[in-house]
Amino acid sequence: MLRIEGLQVKLGDREILKGVDMEIGEGEVHILFGPNGSGKTSLLMTLMGYPQYRVTAGKIVFKGIDITHMPVHERAQLGMGMSYQRPPTIHGLKTRDMVSICAGNGEQNVEALASQVNMGDFLDRDLNAGFSGGEIKRSELLQLMAQNPDLLLFDEPESGVDMENIALIGNAIAALLERNSSGLSSSCRKKAHPDRRKMGLIITHTGYILNYVPADRGQVLFEGVIACRGNPQEIFQTISRSGYQECIECMT
Amino acid sequence: MHDIDEKTRKAQEAKEKKAAYGRDIDLDTYCVEGECLAPLTGLEQLDQEDRSMMLKAGVDTTEQDRSGSYIQKDTSAIYATSLMDGLEILPIKEALKLDWINEYYWKLADVGQDKYTARAYTDLHNGYVIRSLPGARVTFPVQACLYLHQDALSQNVHNIIIASEDSELHVITGCVSGSHVVKGLHVGVSEFFVKKNAKLSFTMIHHWAEGMLVRPRSVGVVEEGGLFLNNYVCMKPVKSLQMYPATRLIGRGAVARFYSLLVGHPGSELDVGGRILLNAPETRAEIIARAISNGGTIISRGHLAGDIPGIKAHLECRGLILNGGDILAIPELHGKAEGVDMSHEAAVGKINQDEILYLMSRGLSEDEATATIVRGFMSVEIPGLPPDLKNQIDMAVAQTNQEVM
Repeated sequence: MLRIEGLQVKLGDREILKGVDMEIGEGEVHILFGPNGSGKTSLLMTLMGYPQYRVTAGKIVFKGIDITHMPVHERAQLGMGMSYQRPPTIHGLKTRDMVSICAGNGEQNVEALASQVNMGDFLDRDLNAGFSGGEIKRSELLQLMAQNPDLLLFDEPESGVDMENIALIGNAIAALLERNSSGLSSSCRKKAHPDRRKMGLIITHTGYILNYVPADRGQVLFEGVIACRGNPQEIFQTISRSGYQECIECMT
Repeated sequence: MHDIDEKTRKAQEAKEKKAAYGRDIDLDTYCVEGECLAPLTGLEQLDQEDRSMMLKAGVDTTEQDRSGSYIQKDTSAIYATSLMDGLEILPIKEALKLDWINEYYWKLADVGQDKYTARAYTDLHNGYVIRSLPGARVTFPVQACLYLHQDALSQNVHNIIIASEDSELHVITGCVSGSHVVKGLHVGVSEFFVKKNAKLSFTMIHHWAEGMLVRPRSVGVVEEGGLFLNNYVCMKPVKSLQMYPATRLIGRGAVARFYSLLVGHPGSELDVGGRILLNAPETRAEIIARAISNGGTIISRGHLAGDIPGIKAHLECRGLILNGGDILAIPELHGKAEGVDMSHEAAVGKINQDEILYLMSRGLSEDEATATIVRGFMSVEIPGLPPDLKNQIDMAVAQTNQEVM
């Protein structure tokens, strides 16, 4: 389980998160909504442990351990993983080698994983070098598939992805979160994964991802605080209809 | 005879002549007298220490996957053997007894360039001549080792490599000093001839002692349709190294590519350049340098000059500064005609923190992430290089990587 209590975060001198509370239970998937600049990416980066996001108050507890000041790699080793919106290019590091790194250099069939997200042709290219928006998303997914974390943070996993690949990405995310039904005899996802434990927090603007990944909860971040919580579909429909105004009113 | 007089006169005049770059060296503090060593009949006669030192610079004394070897210890050529038809390997002092060598000896390099070229002429110890005959395909590399074993020696060598018409030749040269050597001077003149439609790759790995001074002087020429790959790896501490190899592309469609991988350790001064002159139609040139300063000083020079419309040339220098190092990148382009296509990019900086964090978020520690990025930085694709040589370079990089970190 992930528990965030009264989290306040500064980036430089600017206060970005102003007291965020959130709880993601084992096996739950939450959607994080919010207008541009509301602090969504900052929240994910803080959870992952990026040091430029300075926690000034509050705490983050993951699997019962206070990780508020834990270094990035220890969080990864504890079971956190993130799909970035704009990851850096690493010259001279082949995508194949990064996938092995993600797998802890253990036995992973890199080719087979790559074929699941149409990344076979990219394995011998430098990581993210000249990748299109959609290719970056697939590369991020491939890395997470090898890493297999328990808590998955997705920063707009479908942005820049063409319609042809949306289903591919959506289904891959569902599989990572143990919410896929394809290939299973039971149509009930919950029944298909009775011991489901994977947790997810997904930032989305388009909402496409909701068609593939059934989510338990939606949270709306506005000006550094959670302004609204509820059914993710409902929230998405409200936002699609009348923007974030209604959510903000809900808060006030 | 007139020619010899001329060279002697030039050497005399340049005896005290400082080099254009690099710190000046008092040649008198290094001895030119070396013990005269008997030639070996097989490389297994080398002692274990010598063999393991040579291996560090890519010279494999088992000669597996090699076309031949030349080994020079201090002032003596102790081994020169070709294992292939169409390939000649001989000590230059032997070659100088033959007529044909006069077409090549000091034909590109200038005795009067500076005190080091002058010394290589007046106090020549030895060096190698490696020649692939017309049409020969010498696909396994020839290995050459210039081994400095005697402390405070000035080792003066002159090397000539000739890839004859339509031949292919790969040479790996390892320059190494013995484990107990505190100081020494290595002066090496090299002349490269890549004939019509020939292909030559020359890979030099330096593995010197910390107190060594090194002054290579290399000049090459590439004829029509020829390809010259020149790779240089220096990742071990060295006191002062200065070189500025130059190559002229004189025939239509000739190509030269220079790659260098440098690590500057604390107390090391590396001044390494590359110069390619594009003097014929449709010629192409590329100079790529990767420099990491781990506390030392590195000057990375590059010079491309073209005077024929339609030539293409690119220069790339990337530097990474760790632990308070110092890198000066000096890329120069000289276009002397309309229609030349020349470009350069140079970047000097530190490792991007975002890259480190990205790797850490996949489970690597900060040190592991840094090492991974540095390894990537140093891995340069060299098209046309046989896999074995690529492995040698990768090994040298991997070895040093651990030590740098």
